[in-house]
Amino acid sequence: MSVTPENLGDLNRRTLLQRAAAAGLLATPVAGLLSACAGSEPTKSDDTGAAKSKDNPFGVKDGSAVKVVIFNGGLGDQWAKEDKVVFNAKHPNITVNMSSTQKIKTEEQPKMATQPSDLVMNSGADMMDRSTLINEGAIEPLDDLLTAPAWDSEGSVADSLLPGTVGDGTQNGKFYVVNVAYTVWGNWYNAALFKKEGWQAPTTWDEFFALAPKIKAKGMAPYVHDAVHGYYPRWGLMASIWKTAGKQVVVDIDNLKENAWKADGVLKALEPWEKLVKDRLLLPGKLDHTQSQQAWLDGKAAFIQVGTWLKNEMSATIPPGFELTLSDYWSNADDKAPKDVFAASGEGFVVPSKAPNKEAAKEFLRAILSKAGSAKFAELTKSLASTKGSGDNVQDSALASANTLMKNGGSELISVKFQDFYADLDKESQNLSEELMAGRLTAQQFVDKMQAAADKVAKDSSIKKQTRTA
Amino acid sequence: MRHGVARFVTGFLALPVALYLFYVVWPFAQAAGYSLTDWGGYSDSQRFVGLDNYVRLLSDELIRKAFWHNVFFLITVPLFTIALALFLAFLLNVGGREDRAGIRGVFGSAVYKVIFFFPQVLSLVVIAVMWQQIYRTDRQGLINGLLIKIGLGDPENPIAFTADPEPFLGVPAVLWWLLLIAVWSGAGFYMVLFSAAMQSIPKDIYEAALLDGAGRFHTFFRITLPLLRDTISVAWVYLGFIALDMYALVFVMTPSQGGPNHASEIFASVLNFTAFQKGQFGYACAMGVALAIFTILLAAAQLRITRRERIEF
Repeated sequence: MSVTPENLGDLNRRTLLQRAAAAGLLATPVAGLLSACAGSEPTKSDDTGAAKSKDNPFGVKDGSAVKVVIFNGGLGDQWAKEDKVVFNAKHPNITVNMSSTQKIKTEEQPKMATQPSDLVMNSGADMMDRSTLINEGAIEPLDDLLTAPAWDSEGSVADSLLPGTVGDGTQNGKFYVVNVAYTVWGNWYNAALFKKEGWQAPTTWDEFFALAPKIKAKGMAPYVHDAVHGYYPRWGLMASIWKTAGKQVVVDIDNLKENAWKADGVLKALEPWEKLVKDRLLLPGKLDHTQSQQAWLDGKAAFIQVGTWLKNEMSATIPPGFELTLSDYWSNADDKAPKDVFAASGEGFVVPSKAPNKEAAKEFLRAILSKAGSAKFAELTKSLASTKGSGDNVQDSALASANTLMKNGGSELISVKFQDFYADLDKESQNLSEELMAGRLTAQQFVDKMQAAADKVAKDSSIKKQTRTA
Repeated sequence: MRHGVARFVTGFLALPVALYLFYVVWPFAQAAGYSLTDWGGYSDSQRFVGLDNYVRLLSDELIRKAFWHNVFFLITVPLFTIALALFLAFLLNVGGREDRAGIRGVFGSAVYKVIFFFPQVLSLVVIAVMWQQIYRTDRQGLINGLLIKIGLGDPENPIAFTADPEPFLGVPAVLWWLLLIAVWSGAGFYMVLFSAAMQSIPKDIYEAALLDGAGRFHTFFRITLPLLRDTISVAWVYLGFIALDMYALVFVMTPSQGGPNHASEIFASVLNFTAFQKGQFGYACAMGVALAIFTILLAAAQLRITRRERIEF
């Protein structure tokens, strides 16, 4: 699952309605569903490499062409065009055919078994399921990219990446997915408003619950979140579990260890969230991501939990004087890892196994991860790139608060894998997270139901099991 | 000479039939083939697993839930749509005041006809976006806003519409809210269909009934309804197909596409999740084939039950 859900609603609406309309034309509803399953025979590709060198570590052939598909979501696609310039400066004789779309799965999945593009940015709501791609052998391991020299800095490509990036793209011990963006999650607030009211941004749940009545007294809801897409509240819940119960508990959860959800601290981590709902501190209504973000910008709620793409996504409607500021998820006094920050690389590129020009695809990735390319990325998207130092020269309050948060963070980054490993658990945890936040489940019921869902996946022999080591 | 005609007809039909076979029938056959494998959708490797997928289907709880939701729509969508469409069509064509001018619709029926038909002109996208605003779950929503303004709605607890899984008459509220959209968008078309059928009923039958002292109620149930039987049964089959689909509405209007917490899961949403999220195309194809068989059986049964002698005017 991608970490950047921008334009989710629009995307679903558009693609699905198109598909539904097409199916409707066929008079019976099943016609479209049936033909969606149809495939075709594969073809083989041949490649002969050119000589390898430090400037051409994969032996890309001069005069060849590489087809790159960019996800044109909340981050846009201008940054990728800048990468094309960076790439062509070193390889003027290689043609880059770049296209951008929001419908990655719709357009790329049918080609995966036959004639895929060389490099695909697998992102957005319409992305291809990562575990399935890997289990089916549809994408290429990219470990040689990590050991290759960096494009325009000392050391290897791996050395130039922010912590977690390699781990995030690794599955079954191999590196498959190259995440180019870096996202930090937490509770956002308007620093200007807090200064005006004399409020101190809380760092613990206790401080928050003490501040909440003052916020309510101003006619404002203390908290709001996306109540339509379950992975929004799930970020907060999982961050709390990590902070309170510690890393090992989350690792056990990801590894489907017996009674992992019943471990010490999990319930305790969820209780403040239950209290938040029970004390009616949420903005009434079941708003989606943009609705809830707009409500927050309109001053209807004091805090919203979301990632660092927020500013880019809402840039058109941010009121003047509004200071978007990111703060860490709140912790409790006796938490095991209160300082660990929820951050991860995202926006993953994959190279299909059947791609005709895999060498050039990897070379293009090297260009994307370069200092020059990543700086352009941060400048254009106001988000950090997964390459170190990308945001050094960008002046922006939201980006700065994310930087500060990262600097003051603990030794580990909070990361959760089970939703990437198992589609069933992904769906179930999203559903249950929304149920908990709607007050229809208690923290205890949430834990019991998650345990039951995890047990079901553990027992299901048709699902390939994944292991998380770090 | 007969020979020449045959060749002429064959020449015309060969291409369309070939296209149809290749683009429609062949994918169907492929899907049926895939339903016997464990294909994941992204590779060219697959294992033949026989009827395993179908056996699994029978014990799949989610599919069972989705099946009952589909059955709910299968009963309610045709029932409410046809009832409403018939009612409107009757009022617009023969429900007017009974005077010397003979049989006609209520005052202004020409205007109403256009208004009622309007949803049919709108694309699904427009309908979905519009209803999202109507159903918006805070005071900016059309319904919630109005209710709160006139003091009937609770601003602290607005109606959640499609995010509400609480049962109403034993069925999750979200399904009723979706039903409302389906009926609203379908009734206009069937009203026009029934209107056309009603206009082909000779006026003298109505006049004879009038002379015998029949009121609107009796005219409708004793004359109109029996004479529309054919049209209604066709409408029932069409609406049955629509009810078995409902995919677009569920996908666009409900949280987590089938939520909240599976409360609006239908066959098509489970199929989509299985194929594209879980990467189990073989199993998903089995669902598609099962749904196809169910649809065909249903259509056959429906046409058979409603078949009877036609009345020629």
